[in-house]
Amino acid sequence: MNKPIRTVSIFCLLLFLALALNATYLQYYHANALNDRADNGRVATATFSRERGAIMVGRTAIAESVPSKDQYKFQRVYHEPFMYAPLTGWYTFGNETGLERTENRFLSGEDDSLFVNRLVDLVNGNATKGGNVRLTIDPAAQKAAYDGLRALGSDVQGAVVALEPSTGKILAMVSLPSFDPNKLADHDFKKASAYATRMSKLPSNPLLNRAVQTTLPPGSTFKVVTASAAIQSGKYTSTSQVPAGPAYTLPQSHSVVHNDVLSGCDSSKISLTQAMQFSCNTAFAPLAVQVGADGMHQQAEAFGFNQHYLDDLPTQAVSRYPAGLDPPGTALTGFGQGSVTATPLQMAMVTAGIANHGVVMKPYLVDAEQSPTSFETVRPGTSEQLSQATSSSTASEVTKMMVATVQSGTATPAAIPGVQVAGKTGTAQSGLKNPDGSEVPPYAWFVGFAPAQAPKVAVCVMLQHVDQPTDEIHGGTLGGPIAKAVMEAVLNPHG
Amino acid sequence: MAQPAGPIMQFVHRRRRGAELFLLVLALAVGVGAYAAVGLGVKGEVPADIVSYGGWLAALIIAAHITVRMVAPYADPVLLPIVAALNGLGLAEIHRLDLALDHHFARQQLTWMTLGVALFVATLLILRDHRTLQRFTYTSGLAAIVLLLLPMAPGLGKTVNGARIWIHAGSLSFQPGEVAKVLLVVTFAGYLVLHRDALALAGRRVAMIDLPRGRDLGPILAMWVVSLGILVFQHDLGSSLLFFGLFLIMLYVATERAGWLLVGASLFVAGSYAVYLLIPHVRERFVLWSDVWAHYGAGTDDKGRQTVETMFGMAYGGLIGRGLGQGSPWRIPFAESDFIFGAIGEELGLTGAIAVILLYGLIVERAFRAALISRDDIGKLLATGLGGAVALQVFVVVGGVTHLIPLTGLTTPFLSYGGSSLVANWVIVAILLRISDSARRPPPDLSLPGTSDMDETQVVKM
Repeated sequence: MNKPIRTVSIFCLLLFLALALNATYLQYYHANALNDRADNGRVATATFSRERGAIMVGRTAIAESVPSKDQYKFQRVYHEPFMYAPLTGWYTFGNETGLERTENRFLSGEDDSLFVNRLVDLVNGNATKGGNVRLTIDPAAQKAAYDGLRALGSDVQGAVVALEPSTGKILAMVSLPSFDPNKLADHDFKKASAYATRMSKLPSNPLLNRAVQTTLPPGSTFKVVTASAAIQSGKYTSTSQVPAGPAYTLPQSHSVVHNDVLSGCDSSKISLTQAMQFSCNTAFAPLAVQVGADGMHQQAEAFGFNQHYLDDLPTQAVSRYPAGLDPPGTALTGFGQGSVTATPLQMAMVTAGIANHGVVMKPYLVDAEQSPTSFETVRPGTSEQLSQATSSSTASEVTKMMVATVQSGTATPAAIPGVQVAGKTGTAQSGLKNPDGSEVPPYAWFVGFAPAQAPKVAVCVMLQHVDQPTDEIHGGTLGGPIAKAVMEAVLNPHG
Repeated sequence: MAQPAGPIMQFVHRRRRGAELFLLVLALAVGVGAYAAVGLGVKGEVPADIVSYGGWLAALIIAAHITVRMVAPYADPVLLPIVAALNGLGLAEIHRLDLALDHHFARQQLTWMTLGVALFVATLLILRDHRTLQRFTYTSGLAAIVLLLLPMAPGLGKTVNGARIWIHAGSLSFQPGEVAKVLLVVTFAGYLVLHRDALALAGRRVAMIDLPRGRDLGPILAMWVVSLGILVFQHDLGSSLLFFGLFLIMLYVATERAGWLLVGASLFVAGSYAVYLLIPHVRERFVLWSDVWAHYGAGTDDKGRQTVETMFGMAYGGLIGRGLGQGSPWRIPFAESDFIFGAIGEELGLTGAIAVILLYGLIVERAFRAALISRDDIGKLLATGLGGAVALQVFVVVGGVTHLIPLTGLTTPFLSYGGSSLVANWVIVAILLRISDSARRPPPDLSLPGTSDMDETQVVKM
């Protein structure tokens, strides 16, 4: 009977060989394909259970993963949640927003640049840990912007963006109303999703990052662009005399444009600087027509309109300046009305471009991606030029006009003793009606930079809704002090 | 079969009980180490009851070892350590799933293991000579059939996951098929020893292959019908496959005629095809296997979830595994029973999976080795049958779980949670040890006169 026993044993050997080969196929050759399948909940859960890297501002973590008792091992925690929520976004199972999304590969530790770290972890038997992301945010400027906005009341809707003109670093970015990302990152997914639904149904839309996702008519702050286009054309300087007056009738139309200010614009000819100081619509509307639709369009695009330039946050809204506007349309854009719309970030970039001798830097938020444990920089953030918006001389002419506007014009609330500040206000008509037929109150804007000769910070403040009577809403009085506080926070880091 | 030439040329096996003890210490280290690793992996600390748990496991293993030392001193030294290691690993993995899913299967499994070791000891103590099993050929055959029919009895049987293979009495549930497996091997061995000559010698030679006589086809047809019956009435594809394959292997070994394999294989193919056409349950298993991705996830019937989650788990485990307690094996439904191999593959990786496959391979190899050196036909047939049963069962369940073949319900010997399976497999090991003990034991030396036995029988004092 031994011969058949040997045959049977060979048969059994083949059975076991088949099992071993199949296991090798599953766990080695085919493993990556299985792991990468979208319907593989195990890998998604494991990624969610990993110790994710922190998002740092200075040396402080604004988002970090702390050990939790549940099956996911780590809970994402946001410090100063409302102040930083528009930046960090939130991280939950199968979904992430804000920086949590754009920096996901690095924070989760899957980025190729962390390969060596993963290998070391594997050898040491440690769980993979994600890398840390340090932001360009200046915590003092961020707090100044946040406190300044909140001081305007509990139901304020607005945003503040501060940039470092020479690099494009985003020093502050605040959007109100805000939300609590901790509630959205709750591992009680039902509770989190109920909160998300509630937030998304609020008419004030707190989940929106108004600094980069809301485009509104920029009002008179856009006169900086109009002035740049005019001077860049070579036909004007800051002292050029331009037509003005109490009223201006749009070309090919019977519509009449007035000024918001009570005095300063009424002479039939004033200097361009004076037109800027007193924000004379009747001067800038014809100036835009003189520059022409193409000139205005080119200048706007040179500052970043109609473009996507922010990579560090998802879904940046594109600011619009349409091509081929007719003369009345062009005249309206001359003072930031009509078909021009901009995000606060866009207007901050216009201001920073003027401050940086006409060179617009690409805005960025990630200062450095750092290794999980040693905080060594694995990949630094890159400062790159977006465009040359104006010549250096044009920029300095516009700067002069903006300095005059702060010294004795509509932007005086932003003046800082001992520092030359350049600024421009804006109060944009919304052109919208409320459901009850009343007009939606205007939007208040303020842009500025300081110090004027060697700028370190450029700011844009946008107030979409403030709970105040319509005739109290002015870019200078509401936005000016906030811009001032942000600039001071950057200029006096220990003050 | 010729006996070896004589006592002088006889190769004398050593007892190797020391080697067994050494290997058992290693096996205990695997079991207790895995239990500690599970605690560390899940809770970050060694379980508080590690001493009592390890002590209990050690006590069971030592009890088994001492029994072997006393009543089967020449038994194969590798089998018991392998089984101890597999059982310990299975307990640790079940405990791991307990922690994840908040049940207490590991404690029950340890109780079943205790019963299994007790039956192991009892089998070795009572069954001093495996040849006595031949007396129970028809008794155990009848018992096996009764056991297989029990789940069909109203009030006793219960359908679990589509298969009616359980009996319930109070809170106790039992899968009689596992015990029937052992009884059937005994029946087949006893029957074949008696009838092998008739089955082997008579017949016709067609195209180089000896085909059996028609009238000798009786038993194989009977077994075929029984297997199909299990399939049709109990929907138990795995057991049906196991019993028929088992019978075929033993028939082939007993008769040394490949013709029986041909007959059996044709019957198997014909039966499978008929069953595929007639029984929806079987057809569904096959369809699931041929395109499992169409049966996984939202929008589908999700019947492939077990298999897909097992494949995901094994892929996620990769070469070295996530580490005990650090994977997500609870994502596999019923991971602690049929699918425990997937859980081990995830947490111990390809390394652990291959190790487990090799351990099973070694069990089968040691069983066949005992069969080869056994001096009597019933021993050869029993050892081949038991070894073949383990091989087939492991192939059917592990192959099914890892998507190599269609999925059929069977337990993974010694690893899976389940009392009947564990107890039956411990008895199988006891019988294998008994056979190998008698095979490796030096034959009584009849050439030298004057042994005490002879003296006493010769001197009769009035």
